[in-house]
Amino acid sequence: MKKVVVIGNGMVGYKFCEKLREKATPSEIEITVFGEEHIPAYDRVHLSEYFAEKSADSLVMAGMDWYKANEIDLRIGELVTSIDRQAKIVRTMHGQEASYDILVIATGSSAMIPPIQGVDKSGVFVYRTIEDLENIISYGARIKKASVLGGGLLGLEAAKALIDMGLEADVIEFAPRLMPRQLDDQGAQMLSEKLQALGIGIHLSKSTSVIKGNGKIDALEFSDGSILETDMLVISCGIVPRDELGRKAGLEVGPRGGLVVNDQMQTSDPDIYAIGEVALHNNQIYGLVAPGYNMAEVVVNQLTGDGVSKFAGNDMSTKLKLIGIDVASFGDAFGERTACLPIIYENKSGGCYKRINISSDGKKLLGGILVGDTSDYNMLCQVMQNGMALPPQAEDLILGSRGGDSPGGAIADLPDEAQICSCENVAKGAIVNAVKEQGLEDLGQVRACTKAGTGCGACSPMVADIFNETLKSMGKTVRKVLCEHFDYTRQELFDLIKVNGVKEYDELLDRFGNGDGCETCKPAVASMFASIWNDLITKQEVIQDTNDKFLANIQKGGSYSVIPRVPGGEITPEKLVVLGQVAKKYDLYVKITGGQRIDLLGAGIEQLPAIWEELIEAGFESGHAYGKALRTVKSCVGSAWCRYGLHDSVSFAIEVENRYKGLRAPHKIKGAVSGCRRECAEAQSKDFGIIATEKGWNLYVCGNGGANPQHAKLLATDIDSESCIRYLDRFLMFYIKTAEPLNRTSTWLNKMEGGLDYLRDVVINDSLGIGKQLEEEMELMVNTYKCEWKEVVNDPVHRSKFRHFINSDMPDPSQKFGLLRGQKIPVTEQK
Amino acid sequence: MIDTLELYKTVEYSKVKIWFQAGHVENFPINGGACISYGSLQIAVYNFARRNEWYATQNLCPHKMQMILSRGMIGSEGETPKVACPYHKKTFSLKTGENLNGTECNLATYPVKVENGYVYVGFEE
Ligand code: SRM
Ligand SMILES: Cc1cc2nc3c(=O)[nH]c(=O)nc-3n(C[C@H](O)[C@H](O)[C@H](O)COP(=O)(O)OP(=O)(O)OC[C@H]3O[C@@H](n4cnc5c(N)ncnc54)[C@H](O)[C@@H]3O)c2cc1C
Ligand code: SF4
Ligand code: FES
Repeated sequence: MKKVVVIGNGMVGYKFCEKLREKATPSEIEITVFGEEHIPAYDRVHLSEYFAEKSADSLVMAGMDWYKANEIDLRIGELVTSIDRQAKIVRTMHGQEASYDILVIATGSSAMIPPIQGVDKSGVFVYRTIEDLENIISYGARIKKASVLGGGLLGLEAAKALIDMGLEADVIEFAPRLMPRQLDDQGAQMLSEKLQALGIGIHLSKSTSVIKGNGKIDALEFSDGSILETDMLVISCGIVPRDELGRKAGLEVGPRGGLVVNDQMQTSDPDIYAIGEVALHNNQIYGLVAPGYNMAEVVVNQLTGDGVSKFAGNDMSTKLKLIGIDVASFGDAFGERTACLPIIYENKSGGCYKRINISSDGKKLLGGILVGDTSDYNMLCQVMQNGMALPPQAEDLILGSRGGDSPGGAIADLPDEAQICSCENVAKGAIVNAVKEQGLEDLGQVRACTKAGTGCGACSPMVADIFNETLKSMGKTVRKVLCEHFDYTRQELFDLIKVNGVKEYDELLDRFGNGDGCETCKPAVASMFASIWNDLITKQEVIQDTNDKFLANIQKGGSYSVIPRVPGGEITPEKLVVLGQVAKKYDLYVKITGGQRIDLLGAGIEQLPAIWEELIEAGFESGHAYGKALRTVKSCVGSAWCRYGLHDSVSFAIEVENRYKGLRAPHKIKGAVSGCRRECAEAQSKDFGIIATEKGWNLYVCGNGGANPQHAKLLATDIDSESCIRYLDRFLMFYIKTAEPLNRTSTWLNKMEGGLDYLRDVVINDSLGIGKQLEEEMELMVNTYKCEWKEVVNDPVHRSKFRHFINSDMPDPSQKFGLLRGQKIPVTEQK
Repeated sequence: MIDTLELYKTVEYSKVKIWFQAGHVENFPINGGACISYGSLQIAVYNFARRNEWYATQNLCPHKMQMILSRGMIGSEGETPKVACPYHKKTFSLKTGENLNGTECNLATYPVKVENGYVYVGFEE
């Protein structure tokens, strides 16, 4: 039995363990791992997600139980302090020892700290570990302005994170442009503009000389004498390999750091390997995961057999992971390694810059830069890496084919050897075979089976395309069944419920499903019942999400929010006063929502019926802020007041909102009406948007804000109010009947074969001949509408369910509140 | 709250010293959960009528320390009965308390019995 000791439990160290265990059992190779950090290896690439999640769980690559099950002795919180190469023993800070036959150093790197006066002041951080982020979060809570030193990939990611924390952020870069190693001047200029639009300040060609402040940072001074005030500094100036252990043990180290390795990843001591960011291969440190994973694989192959496997260097293509900002650079981005012909496309107003470098014989793609639109990135990398033939007009690669055949670079054209997932080194052929031979039926299975897309995730869209193409080639269509309990798509189940008149969840499960249901199918079925029968949602309370069960949104700490409907955003002073009185009486926090209404937060479950009783008394109705249902129809003041208004947008918004209030759907639905094309109601960001024209209304559909904003598309032009309502009836009902659960209208349209043209055919030209039926179905919904809260308030049995305990009248004693600017807020202690 | 978490310890059926009367069967929603107060503890009791089974767990979700599990939806994963926390949909086995879709720590579970129309939850103290 061989003893392998691994120093460092980071991404690469972990991957090494995983790959080694796939090939060697515990009785063949014993594995001991030392990790300095206090949790098992986590996904550093997605570190920035920690800001949103605030939990390490979702980042951890494998929990302690995985190491246990695989008989890997992982000792975390243990810094290795020395290697005794004679005795073949490593020792840790806490006096632990382990002897090895083979030692693998995977200690990664640390952030480079430039020698600037004052770097030791408080408020100065680096951006590498979860601990760093925790420190940034807690320090950031007390300040306003932060800066990032370094305008590279990581620095920009950090700057975006600071903005998301609600801070003002500035980026300081020594070079005359951002991302100097990946972008050329034009590309960097466009990126700067995009970041500035997000509110990030950009300072180029600045060399920082002093970090000023008394104990804690309060400003930066630059060599040109200028000063930038800032309360916090995040340093992101590059990385330094953590080669100190190897250096002390006499291993060969590169002039600028890094443990020198050969193609087998051996250091100058053949029994000691180095992998990941600490390894210097061919004078190159790789600061990316994919090369690190390949190195891990090479060492595993050395230890378990073939011994011939070699590390041949890696491509350094990268894509910036900032939501809303698309930047990528690949291959020879500057076209400086060989003679080449660049093709450049720039659209300043559209915010798009693309450059590709073509070999001088016009046959091969060598590299390029994409800013503003990276949808071609994966495909271009494939064309480059596989040396695929270029289309006759090479510019078609970035401009798309203008007439004629496809520009090449379609999934089907990729050779089987094409590497799709560089992190896990998975080729196209492996994915296709797995789908065909193992009969994989969803993407989750493809990921689990081939590991493709489980690393940095950049290849996920391509993996999905290959999966779908393969299924198609096998003559299968992709069926999105609801969950393990129903082998039907939502649309199929919708029809089954309707045709068979099913009104109870258990009946549906008995007749068409199996098992006992779950949190996926229960609310989906509840929503279908509501859309089909328009019964009160509370009748099916145990299959509803808690929000629908208690007709209010649950908040941190277990209290609920109350959002009454304010159609079109119009409210009388009398009603406004009532909201204030109710908020005062029940001590509720008050906030104007983004949907033009008022949110009263912090109600105990037992208070909800009394609060609503008072609101209903004053003429309010449920706002359905808790439901997958119509939310708001926003409006601008329109022609009644506005000097530009063409029609009365407020009246129309109120009419539309009242028509569709209470309508349940696969996801929430939002609308807006603007009185002219200045569009103050933001109608083009809604599921349906109506904009006044000289001659009538323009109707837009399938837009949304949120996580993946998308502009609504023009469905009909210059129509009168009646046609507008008719088209809306048809459009909404068609969506309700055919969309998958939790798909907004935009997602639904994106997946629709035939797209907008098809939708227009169905809704306006009635190509399916179902127009009348859709209108009648909608009419039924409108006529059977009831305010859910009114029903509850008037039903003593139902009211009695609004309590925390069933054996006591006490409110939840664990709920605690504090004060913020004079109003109450929940205090929750989280682990 | 971390301290609160430590108040909850799984009770084995054989170790029950006190059978606490939690309420009449009819007070518990069919195929749903309800919360009961027992000393300083909050226990979620589930009436899994579809399987003709009763379960009880701590009401506290270990993910973000929210007192909420009784308001979660119940269902099954394969053969295992489970509850899904309404906050972030972490799911836990009702039999063992084990977190089924993540690495949260286990829920404490408590024995339940039904006699003469009343529901009893078992405690050691
Ligand atoms: C209260 C409010 C924020 C505010 O204080 O302004 C809000 C609060 C929540 N939003 Fe929102 N959104 C609110 C306006 C918006 C808007 C703006 C708008 O409607 O004009 C948007 C972008 C527009 C859009 O939806 O396209 C918005 C996009 C989202 C999304 C992303 C949806 C998407 O398709 O990507 C979610 C997540 C989801 O629904 O899955 C979300 C989810 C939520 C949830 C339900 C998250 C949750 O599960 O707890 C929040 C409920 C808190 C609560 O209980 O009150 N909220 N949310 C706003 C309520 C408006 C209202 O009067 O009903
Ligand atoms: C914010 C951020 C975003 C990134 N984004 C991307 C990206 O989009 N794409 C990409 O390819 N790469 C990205 N990277 C880089 C990627 O995370 C690294 O390339 C990868 O983590 C390197 O893995 P590693 O195992 O070599 O080092 P690490 O993950 O740093 O692991 C080394 C581990 O060893 C431990 N250690 C060090 N010395 C000792 C010792 N003496 N004893 C015990 N333990 C020790 C360290 O504490 C650390 O836990 C990003 C990095 C960061 C910080
Ligand atoms: S209100 Fe909306 S944007 Fe704000 S934190 Fe909640 S979900 Fe996010
Ligand atoms: S609090 Fe229960 S899943 Fe997050």
